[in-house]
Amino acid sequence: MTTIAVSTTINGDDVEYLCHADESLLDVLRNRLGLMGSKEGCGTGDCGACSTMLDGRIVCSCLVLGAEAEGREIETIEGMAHGHDLHPLQTKFLEHAALQCGICTPGFLMAAKALLDVNPDPTEEEIRFWLAGNLCRCTGYDKIVRAVQDAAAEMRGDAA
Amino acid sequence: MSFDASYNEKELNAVGTRPVRPDGVDKVTGRARYGADYNMPGQLVARVLRSPHAHARILRIDTSQAEALKGVKAVVTAADLPDLTDGDASLFAILDNCMARTKALYDGHAVAAVAAIDVHVARKALKLIEVDYEVLPHVVDVDLAMAPDAPVLDETIITKGVTPAPDAPSNVFAHSEFGHGDVAAGFAKADEIVERTFKTEQTHQGYIEPHACVASCNSDGSAEMWVCTQGPFVYRQVCADLLGLEVSKLKVTSSEIGGGFGGKTHVWAEPVALALSRKAGRPVKLVMSRNEVFRASGPTSATSIDVKIGATKDGTITAAEATLRYTSGPYPDTWAETGAMTAFACYDLENVKTVGIEVLVNRPKVAAYRAPSAPMAAFAVESAIDSLAHKIGIDAVDFRIKNAAREGTRSSYGPVYGPIGIGPTLEAAKAHAHMSAPLGKNQGRGMACGFWFNFGGQTCTDLNISADGTVTLSVGTVDVGGSRASLSMIAAEELGIAYEDVKAGVADTASLGYNDMTDGSRGTFSSSMATISAARNAIAVMKQRAALMWDIPVEDIEWKDGQAHAVGASHDNLAPLSVKDIAAKAGNTGGPIAGHSELVADGAGVSFGTHICDVEVDPETGATRVIRYTVIQDAGKAVHPAYVEGQYQGGAAQGIGWALNEEYIYGEDGRLQNAGFLDYRIPVCSDLPMIDTQILEIPNPNHPYGVRGVGETSIVPPLAAVANAVSDAVGVRMTHVPISPPRILAALKAQR
Amino acid sequence: MRYERPETLEDAVGLLSATPERSHILAGGTDLLVRMKNDDFDADLVVDIKRIAGMGEIARTDAGFVIGAAVPCAKLAEDAALVAAWPGVVEAANLIGSTQIQSRCTMTGNLCNAGPAADSVPALVAVDARVKIVGPEGNRIIPARDVPVGPGQTSLAPGEIVAAIVLPEPAPQTGSAYLRFIPRTEMDIAVVGTAVVLTRDADGTVASARVALGAVGPRVIVPDDAAQMLVGTTLDDDTLARFEAACSDAATPIDDKRGTVAFRKEVAGVLARRAAKIAYDRAGETQ
Repeated sequence: MTTIAVSTTINGDDVEYLCHADESLLDVLRNRLGLMGSKEGCGTGDCGACSTMLDGRIVCSCLVLGAEAEGREIETIEGMAHGHDLHPLQTKFLEHAALQCGICTPGFLMAAKALLDVNPDPTEEEIRFWLAGNLCRCTGYDKIVRAVQDAAAEMRGDAA
Repeated sequence: MSFDASYNEKELNAVGTRPVRPDGVDKVTGRARYGADYNMPGQLVARVLRSPHAHARILRIDTSQAEALKGVKAVVTAADLPDLTDGDASLFAILDNCMARTKALYDGHAVAAVAAIDVHVARKALKLIEVDYEVLPHVVDVDLAMAPDAPVLDETIITKGVTPAPDAPSNVFAHSEFGHGDVAAGFAKADEIVERTFKTEQTHQGYIEPHACVASCNSDGSAEMWVCTQGPFVYRQVCADLLGLEVSKLKVTSSEIGGGFGGKTHVWAEPVALALSRKAGRPVKLVMSRNEVFRASGPTSATSIDVKIGATKDGTITAAEATLRYTSGPYPDTWAETGAMTAFACYDLENVKTVGIEVLVNRPKVAAYRAPSAPMAAFAVESAIDSLAHKIGIDAVDFRIKNAAREGTRSSYGPVYGPIGIGPTLEAAKAHAHMSAPLGKNQGRGMACGFWFNFGGQTCTDLNISADGTVTLSVGTVDVGGSRASLSMIAAEELGIAYEDVKAGVADTASLGYNDMTDGSRGTFSSSMATISAARNAIAVMKQRAALMWDIPVEDIEWKDGQAHAVGASHDNLAPLSVKDIAAKAGNTGGPIAGHSELVADGAGVSFGTHICDVEVDPETGATRVIRYTVIQDAGKAVHPAYVEGQYQGGAAQGIGWALNEEYIYGEDGRLQNAGFLDYRIPVCSDLPMIDTQILEIPNPNHPYGVRGVGETSIVPPLAAVANAVSDAVGVRMTHVPISPPRILAALKAQR
Repeated sequence: MRYERPETLEDAVGLLSATPERSHILAGGTDLLVRMKNDDFDADLVVDIKRIAGMGEIARTDAGFVIGAAVPCAKLAEDAALVAAWPGVVEAANLIGSTQIQSRCTMTGNLCNAGPAADSVPALVAVDARVKIVGPEGNRIIPARDVPVGPGQTSLAPGEIVAAIVLPEPAPQTGSAYLRFIPRTEMDIAVVGTAVVLTRDADGTVASARVALGAVGPRVIVPDDAAQMLVGTTLDDDTLARFEAACSDAATPIDDKRGTVAFRKEVAGVLARRAAKIAYDRAGETQ
């Protein structure tokens, strides 16, 4: 199978790679670029563990072809913290014990960030429905929802 | 060194706080490495060919075309995994499950595997393998499998545990029986009796991370494996046994684990990956697809359970009896036996009898799932208890309180209980605001209790003190939900140092003595016991070092608040020595300072929980929403309360999914219809309310801090709690889990 | 397999016409990429139409709302005029999959995938949407209802592409609604889907009604006799009861992993009744 040359932007950096026509963006990130923070839980868009931003919208990178990324902007979990400065969502997930095994955590963080980008003050119901495409089998979601609420409040500057 | 594990009440500083876990930053930044996140130089990609038939004799496998394909480096079948099990039936079942030998026994059973230079070649190679099957009649339903005309999976199975022994083979592997007293006499004394049959469908653990490993066999007979597992030492032993490797020459490293819940206590494809690597002479990476995870790994039993309970009008249970039929997949196992042991464990019963019946079916080999076998038994028993309470006109909580087991009760499965938490969890439920909150239209409330044994087992830890006085703790129990945090806290507590100065990690099998796997809620219980022991051993060493530094007798040194103190009038003016002080001088006082511990953590301490559930049911569609949920459970001592709450909430969520929507659905052809997260419906975020928790602490007398396992019990009550709530809301007793909308509407229609 | 990213519809049609078998159109990819994961999947060509001008746009023209074939469903909810005109269509499209899927999935893909349980299709049929098709033999416009002809089967000829879906401007006092049944609250495929479009007269009685039922037959079912029961009424209880029964009767579902025949027939009636009330109320809120 011949490969396709792709030029794209990942976490703000120019990136070029070669990929097969049938290769998913998730496989490109993990296998070609070493960005293994995005996880494959199902490969069919049902679990959200591979959630990444594509041109400002949250997507399952398992359901995007690597070739489609030409000229686009991609953000992954690896770009969420700035150096040692964690994003408030990352900090709140740690403080609230919002992860147990942690395999779903990168996807949840990316999806939650996408929510707070468009809705800085979501209700519990809005959080729950927005995150319905991210499966967690460990926590029962309680602490995840609380961490998102708390991070949102902090980002809005509300007193805790 | 001898170690006294008995409970000793004292003030604790680190234990009971909620620090950030040591592996936390890696997990929120995407740096933590799970099963599929590891690669080796020259690694090949493995794919497995699986049977499309539920039951079929394998007449011929021709792999020659696949082997000839450019880029294919190895193809294996059962012929490459010779039977070295030497009559060990359970080991043979693992071997046969990894790679079908003479018959494919379920849809998804592995029949061959390839290792190739990339996934495209591997996929192409799978299509070139020819398998001739003779399709045989199959059976997937537990009751149908017991019928006289059912196709028999294994002609060598003659039911054990019945006299006289049957003269013909069947799918019933064994009967087991538990109990005491005379149930017939007990029922004769009852004023009211409830007798019902219940059914539960097969569920999957549903861990988000599929099974994944990288296996590498060397020409010198050594091998290593990176794998997501709950038990690297157990995987090492099983793989070495099946492959004929020397145990110590196989090094197994457990990756970060993306959920297990029991499903990663059993080997699945790991021996196949090793066999491929051995044949190819290169490392092999094998990652299951989600479809393979559902079809070929880890489901629970499907069950069919008869329960009969009698009570007098004053609410005293006079007799209780249950017959529990559990599927075990296509191989003999003891899942019904476990269910039969747990069924009535919450109650103090004069006359009780349970019979477990193990049934073989053409479904995947059953695996442990969080308190395995207990949720189904609890569903049947707690539903019947609820019905009986209504029948005699007594409040369901009061009825349970009146009959609850207590210290000194002889349990239905044999042992006499020490201090236990069932009574206190029930009293807490009765007093909980949830219990008296008003309900709206179409809403109902249910509650239920649950029991789990908990386990201790073989445990080994190393505690090493670095030159700067910080501590590394190496444990052999895989961290499935925050145990590195709790064990770091325990080490800090025992040494008297700051939590931040301890870093706990999970060791590979070459770096630490044998550990049983993380099952039976034993991770924090057993490794904390070994950590306390190791810390006390390290303290003994540090006292000796302080004695050398001060040049005084070691008997004059006391360890307090993380420091060596010289005691006695003659040493008054010696300033205490901290861990840092002692560690800094270690090179001159005898070398590195460490504490080790090897022990069998006995006395795990049984666990009880009580759950309260409110639901709202749409009577026109059967749609059910859980609108409020409360978990009350005894933790013995909650080391890191946030992660204890997390275990309570997670188990409750899994149980709610089991109760309402999760089930394996088979077609007429015996093929699994819903091998994916789209149609195997685990709860999503919008399905659940916040899950309230209440932690009770009734110290376990057999642990220095009173710790009990907390991981599993929380999945036991929800099936019944939800069923009781739905039954309350719609006015019909629901006896078949999952209580899906079609089942609710059908039950309502039948009642009209 | 080749991946192509043409910049014009003509080029896309040319590519597909040159490889009539084993070729696929890629817009959102939320169905196609799932199929690609299967070990048995084999294709020669995937044509990504997202870079073709207009494919990602919603335009309001004399013909109504022209929704490009690659418009992700999330974008529908961001178009206030479209939401005001056809809330039933937007809410149906927005029920497809998760937030992540919404960023990618398209109504055109939902239509051309021809799944019997597609959420947006009953809604499109109820509003009598049209589709613009371009192909090697020229362009044509057909009702959306005529695109799927059976499970996984469409009426499109080799080389043809649905370029856009066209929703008419609603008549005054028109309301639309879509309700579906799923066992969970999200992430499921519809067990039953019901779409209703109603137009009211000045006196509040229903002037016209159109109903479409999904997931209860191989194609969307349009029970015109049931819809006619609503005309001339104000949806009194008796009318709604007869309407519900008629919709249940019209449903011809199968037993499968998602539901039983009895359940689907019963719930089709219940949801059609509820959707009719919502559509009626919405009709009253519009000018």
